[in-house]
Amino acid sequence: MDKIIVKDLVKIFGDHPEKAVKLLKKGCAKGEILKKVNQTVGIYDINFSVSEGEIFVLMGLSGCGKSTLLRCINRLIEPTSGAITIDGEDITSAAPQVIREMRRKKISMVFQCFALFPHRTVLDNAAYGLEIQGVPTAQRRERAAQVLETVGLKGWENSMPQQLSGGMQQRVGLARALTNNPDILLMDEAFSALDPLIRKSMQDELLSLHNALNKTIIFVTHDLDEALKIGDHIALMNNGTIVQIGTAEDILTNPVNGYVEKFVEDVDRTKVLTAEGVMKPPDPVVFFKDGPRVALRLMREHGISSIFAVTRERRLAGIVQAEDALQAVKEHREELKNIIIEDVPRVSVDTPVIDIIPVIADTKFPVAVTQDDGKLAGILVKGSVLAGMVRKGDNNA
Amino acid sequence: MPKLPIGLWVDQVVSWAQVHLEWLFDFISRAIEILVTGIETAFLTVSPLIIIIIMFILVWFIANRKIAIGTAIGLYLIYNMRLWESSVETLALVLASTALALLLGIPLGILTARSDLAHKLIMPLLDFMQTMPAFVYLIPAVLFFGLGQAPGLFATVVFAMPPTIRLTGLGIRQVPVELVEASDAFGSTEWQKLTRVQVPLALPTIMAGVNQCIMLSLSMVVIAAMIGAGGLGFEVLTGISRLDIAKGFEGGLAIVIMAVILDRVTQSLSEKRKINFK
Repeated sequence: MDKIIVKDLVKIFGDHPEKAVKLLKKGCAKGEILKKVNQTVGIYDINFSVSEGEIFVLMGLSGCGKSTLLRCINRLIEPTSGAITIDGEDITSAAPQVIREMRRKKISMVFQCFALFPHRTVLDNAAYGLEIQGVPTAQRRERAAQVLETVGLKGWENSMPQQLSGGMQQRVGLARALTNNPDILLMDEAFSALDPLIRKSMQDELLSLHNALNKTIIFVTHDLDEALKIGDHIALMNNGTIVQIGTAEDILTNPVNGYVEKFVEDVDRTKVLTAEGVMKPPDPVVFFKDGPRVALRLMREHGISSIFAVTRERRLAGIVQAEDALQAVKEHREELKNIIIEDVPRVSVDTPVIDIIPVIADTKFPVAVTQDDGKLAGILVKGSVLAGMVRKGDNNA
Repeated sequence: MPKLPIGLWVDQVVSWAQVHLEWLFDFISRAIEILVTGIETAFLTVSPLIIIIIMFILVWFIANRKIAIGTAIGLYLIYNMRLWESSVETLALVLASTALALLLGIPLGILTARSDLAHKLIMPLLDFMQTMPAFVYLIPAVLFFGLGQAPGLFATVVFAMPPTIRLTGLGIRQVPVELVEASDAFGSTEWQKLTRVQVPLALPTIMAGVNQCIMLSLSMVVIAAMIGAGGLGFEVLTGISRLDIAKGFEGGLAIVIMAVILDRVTQSLSEKRKINFK
């Protein structure tokens, strides 16, 4: 179900946005509009939807409009035109009280520089959202303490924020955002100010929190690796608009244009690409009931020296080698059962390539890729993995 | 081009106000007198030595031991110079005008921080208040309030309020944008944002404004004495008119002692509230 739908969103900074909108419709570029009517185009032509419970990443270099877009969603920035629908309710036309209520109950935000209140303790920072809703002190502190515990800050309740390290400060930021139990979390470069090791562990923690709490998260980042790691969907932005939306793999394997291609060029594909993305179709396979003669013929036709055998439900049964099959045919043994090698290397469809490489290096057979129910989904040979890693834009390579 | 009758216009406005707003000025004058004499009586009914001991403890509590000892010595010196009553009169005037200046100045400062229009209107007015020679206020002050403490307080408030407004406005504008944004993002009302985030974070700067306000009030006491506000200013003034160096110096020294005590105490108040933003 779509939690958030953004349609034709435009934000112009300046006194006469209508002039800029007119020029935008004519197809003028940002720079041209700035020169002609002195209006700055923040974002334009933004269309996307976010499903309930997913992590949606807005990704792009600084100045591309991603933070502006994020702030339009809780209306910290008023969009110039377009519509944002949350749970079926259009919030672009909502009254200030409605927006305030929405910010209190439904949407929370985590900031890049933490934005903790330096005059409040960690506990009272975390309790801020409830405090302004008028929740009694004891009750809101109890809830805040609970949330601080889930983000791993038990025992720090009475410290002041500036006594904490960066990573811990951002945990407080996260706790503050979670205390009023919102459906939606907006995270603006939440981990960008942290050093790499802390950033990585915060990402892991966010993912496990996400699994436990199932919030809808919109995450802004300029770090592609971060986007690929945590995003269910990624919207790549450039110059105020979205260039491409898709899963990590979509963006890596099917960049829509040169910009995206250049952007993803340096990614360590082995961490992102999964078996599914690099495997070959499971063809040919021999069915368990077929016998060595069929197996041998298939291998000869395809010029291969071994073949996977599957059950009638296409579950992986094992692998048959050409010489064994030949031997069986010579000795008139009609069943595959005796020559099948059941102990074959296998990986699941979502295994990343980086974990496949050692498996494939260790075996003389192709590697079977199986789905969760054991069905054979595809085959990996050394060549297909290498091809998948260097592949750029061309799915058939 | 003929001379513009600017002075005449002001004169007419003042005369009009004098006639039509007399009731208001009378009321204000009465209220001020009650306030100032109230503070005076409170200090004068207790023996000076007891007050010195109370101040010693209080200042130790607010600031530190060093300042507390200095305070006690300074106050004893004033007592010893037989200037205790004049000092209390001056202190009452300073406290009352500071209170009034803060009461008006802090809300106005907040207003200038929140509205650009208010900022644009109030800032030139503050420039005017601060640069117009203080003696010039004395004329309408006397016309409105007669002689005594009320016109002294009026002139003092006009003179001492601008830094309060400026520093309050500055303090609130200096609160980091992301903190204001965070406060908004959690659904704070404007009032909640002001009272829970902006004012607490601006407090060190606001306190610096309070300090400035007190210092400027003190610097006005001699001038206010010219229109009958009494106190240490009067001592200095008689010293000047009689060319009595001894009397003038003692009065001046008492003012300095009070200034230093008030300055150190308010400064340590704002030091304690200083917050590290990063």
